[in-house]
Amino acid sequence: MSERLAVRKTYKLFIGGAFPRSESGRSYVVTSSKGDFLANASRASRKDARDAVSAARKAFPGWSGATAYNRGQVLYRVAEMLEGRRAQFAAEIADAEGVGARKAGELVDAAVDRLVWYAGWSDKIGAVLGSANPVAGPYFNLSSPEPTGVVAVVAPPLGSLAGLVGVIAPVIVTGNTCVVIAPERAPLPSITLAEVLATSDVPGGVVNILTGSAAEIAPWLAGHMDVNAVDLAGADPDLAVTCEELAAENLKRVVRPPAAPVDWLADPGTDRMTAFLETKTVWHPIGT
Amino acid sequence: MFEYAPAPESRDIVDIKPSYGLFINGEWVEPQSEERHKTVNPATEEVLSEIVWAGEADVDRAVEAARKAFATWSAVPGSERAKYIFRIARIIQERSRELAVLESLDNGKPIRESRDVDLPLVAAHFFYYAGWADKLSYAGFGPDPRPLGVAGQVIPWNFPLLMLAWKIAPALACGNTVVLKPAETTPLTALAFAEICRQADLPPGVVNIVTGAGETGSALVRHPGVDKVAFTGSTEVGRLIARSVAGSRKKLTLELGGKAANIVFEDAAVDQAVEGIVNGIFFNQGHVCCAGSRLLVQESVAEEVLDALKRRLATLRMGDPLDKNTDIGAINSAAQLAKIRELSEAGESEGAERWSPPCPIPDRGFWFPPTVFTGVAQSHRIAREEIFGPVLSVLTFRTPAEAIEKANNTPYGLSAGVWTEKGSLMLWAASRLRAGVVWSNTFNRFDPASPFGGFKESGYGREGGRHGLEAYLAV
Amino acid sequence: MPTLTTPLAEVASSTSTLRAFLHGLPGVDRVGADARAAMLGTRSIKTTAKKQAIDLAIRMVDLTTLEGADTPGKVRAMCAKAVRPDPTDATVPPVAAVCVYPDLVPTAVQALAGSGVKVASVATAFPSGRSSLEVKVAETGLAVAAGASEIDMVIDRGAFLAGDYLKVYEEIAAVKAACGPAGGAHDEPGAHLKVILETGELATYDNVRRASWLAMIAGADFIKTSTGKVSPAATLPVTLVMLEAVRDFLRTTGRKVGVKPAGGIRTTKDAIKYLVLVNETAGPDWLDPDWFRLGASSLLNDLLMQRQKMATGRYAGPDYFTLD
Repeated sequence: MSERLAVRKTYKLFIGGAFPRSESGRSYVVTSSKGDFLANASRASRKDARDAVSAARKAFPGWSGATAYNRGQVLYRVAEMLEGRRAQFAAEIADAEGVGARKAGELVDAAVDRLVWYAGWSDKIGAVLGSANPVAGPYFNLSSPEPTGVVAVVAPPLGSLAGLVGVIAPVIVTGNTCVVIAPERAPLPSITLAEVLATSDVPGGVVNILTGSAAEIAPWLAGHMDVNAVDLAGADPDLAVTCEELAAENLKRVVRPPAAPVDWLADPGTDRMTAFLETKTVWHPIGT
Repeated sequence: MFEYAPAPESRDIVDIKPSYGLFINGEWVEPQSEERHKTVNPATEEVLSEIVWAGEADVDRAVEAARKAFATWSAVPGSERAKYIFRIARIIQERSRELAVLESLDNGKPIRESRDVDLPLVAAHFFYYAGWADKLSYAGFGPDPRPLGVAGQVIPWNFPLLMLAWKIAPALACGNTVVLKPAETTPLTALAFAEICRQADLPPGVVNIVTGAGETGSALVRHPGVDKVAFTGSTEVGRLIARSVAGSRKKLTLELGGKAANIVFEDAAVDQAVEGIVNGIFFNQGHVCCAGSRLLVQESVAEEVLDALKRRLATLRMGDPLDKNTDIGAINSAAQLAKIRELSEAGESEGAERWSPPCPIPDRGFWFPPTVFTGVAQSHRIAREEIFGPVLSVLTFRTPAEAIEKANNTPYGLSAGVWTEKGSLMLWAASRLRAGVVWSNTFNRFDPASPFGGFKESGYGREGGRHGLEAYLAV
Repeated sequence: MPTLTTPLAEVASSTSTLRAFLHGLPGVDRVGADARAAMLGTRSIKTTAKKQAIDLAIRMVDLTTLEGADTPGKVRAMCAKAVRPDPTDATVPPVAAVCVYPDLVPTAVQALAGSGVKVASVATAFPSGRSSLEVKVAETGLAVAAGASEIDMVIDRGAFLAGDYLKVYEEIAAVKAACGPAGGAHDEPGAHLKVILETGELATYDNVRRASWLAMIAGADFIKTSTGKVSPAATLPVTLVMLEAVRDFLRTTGRKVGVKPAGGIRTTKDAIKYLVLVNETAGPDWLDPDWFRLGASSLLNDLLMQRQKMATGRYAGPDYFTLD
């Protein structure tokens, strides 16, 4: 008896809660760490990037206006769904990164745990970063963090799922929406993550995921005037400089690539959240 | 009629040298640059002094001095750094009258403002950050946050000494050393501050002041020995700086332009709203990045508010900045005056209606009367571009949602105003305005404990409060 | 009650319409009003402007004695001072009026006959206002009959704070009627009615604004801050709010009403701050004793001392000014 022929998955882009192919019709071959063919991933174009930004912008008012409790619940839901697909992610990670099954499973677990960790931050970060300021006058004065807006993220090339969750969760937990460029060589877990997001109460457009070439797409996002910030976590040095220069055009907040490789399994601290928060300070007189 | 007689503040209290060198490593040094320019009193065009426009070699020397001083200054215990900064705050208080007069002479702002707003805030800012110097481990940036190194700081001409305080106080408190470049039209209080550093026995090289224009600033922010760049000024220059630090590890904070909406709802306390509108746009001749330059007034009360506003504007007193009764001083420079005129003419030619109260203009100096444009559309240049002068654009709205939509319809996001007696509406509006500072039922209030800075193209990073420390710590 | 033809009288047709009107007035933000008054307090009035201001302030003074120990002798002495504040300097103008309790009106009328200085009498169970309307009206009538040309009445603060605006309105209107022929214009006969709001008891600036409008609608010729018996008495921001009210009332109705801060104004510097406030709020049209008064007693001597300092260049001493 011959082995059953597997039904393969088609990996597409994730924009506005839908899974379109690239408008360019392009795709590229994704191979395992051993060089075996895994899939044809969509190769996103600048127009896909543009559409993703539109979707992210459209989603921003609703997502940033949702209660922090609600966002926390949604992120926790993502963790739940991820846990449920542990085996699938472990297999994809093993393929992409060439790690053993046990290590791959641990990497999935780490991503799930990180999501749970960030989910809990949604209604606490404001208390940690905000302040009632004792100004010298009869005024109530309160500072509180607010999301920056639409964030373009170049995902880190390694650490696949943990890295991906490590850059997406801190951006969205505070109310930002994002356009993520998946790791070019290992994009498949990103699209599987998109499937998780699509089925876990994350409103369409809050996270948009593009596969393809960061060198091709990232400059369009960095130069896009409706993007408020760029996270260059996965950009190589030349691309990072290009993007930072382009980002200057509308004074995007820029997170430069890390000076040293990041351990995505270590305690990330709050830096990746604070990088995409604005402090708003409200004054009001106090009087009868 | 009750005519107020002239009540000029005495200028004998200030001692301006005919020319100044650069303040590097605790000494006045002769520059390598041979370029010297005059700084004038914008109210009279009288030459006040001559300053250097420092070149790359001079900037290099200043950065080297700061670099060298950093090694020792960053090792000084926080409690000792605090005492130096407290000393500076006290000396500023002691010399506040002199510094206020000097500021008004060089900048053109009314003495009432330099005396009652600028100088008290300058001293308060040093006092505030002095207290942080030995408490940084409690600031939420980890158990032992470290300074960045040498801060290259470039400040504007609208609040010369106050902007210096906003830059230098937190930098020193965190253990950084500083090379600061004041604006070329308003260098004198920064140069006076150099003397204050000496009176305070601040170690040499901790604060260095290099005068000059754009090229000096550019040399400073590009200098490889600078670890931190802080800039307050136009969005245009902010963009250039952001581009120039790309690919470096320099930490950057920018406090840039604005086009703030001041929203007056129909239930506002009208008399205080009118005061807030006036304070919002005519404070400091409108040379304020967070000025309430767009008045958004609910259509149902627009006529009443505008009548009251015009009546109030007729009482503004424009003239000699040193007169204690002056409300509106001189425009800081001929170039700025030209820009204000150009945009005002554009406002007229685009169809907005221009109004100014009767206002005698002095014969010499740079002056622009308080001006209100009504019938302004969102598409007009005067509703979109920062004028940085005493020019108010008035737009109307019908519903709260329309007010917020119009207010946010700008690339800027520095500040906004909300006037309503209804608490829930105020909080609703404040939460939806994409601006770093929201003044509700007040405007243009500042305090060292209150973070200040913008969203979007108004820049990034915050100055003031605990938040202001982050810009000067390796976090 | 008597029929009045004052502007806006129709809003007083019922408790509910009056309430709706008064509560529909724009609010006053205390911090903003305080800041505005403080800013105007920094105006620097020197040299010629100061001279002019001092003489104007003297002409605006309602020289006041309202003590249980007042006697005819005390009142006569004060009247002499009112007419000739500085016996050594004939260029010093007389004050606007003297203000006394009703029983001392005849004494004051006699002492001031032909001087041009007016006699004002407090009335309506001053200072608390706690008596029946009949007593208040009768007291007013007696004071007017005795020759008082100005009546400084107090409102019923209890009724105001209880929300019974119509009661306050009706009392003012009744007292106004008792002042003599209706109308209230300055050149018509009938006593001039100043309505004391006792702002220290009204507590909020919103109340001050509402009480100001209420008094004006009811026919007040002047609105006055305080009795002088309650602290705080007159303050700059309260006076600012009242000046805004008379300014807006004129625009709305065409009728001009005067303002009188009273109590706690002791120095020339204070008085000048009030004049600046008038100048930049209601406008220079109010800078006239017909439209602005300062209720005070010790203020007058300080004005005289400052006046002499400006004339001689020497600081003055209190021994050179009379204590009456």
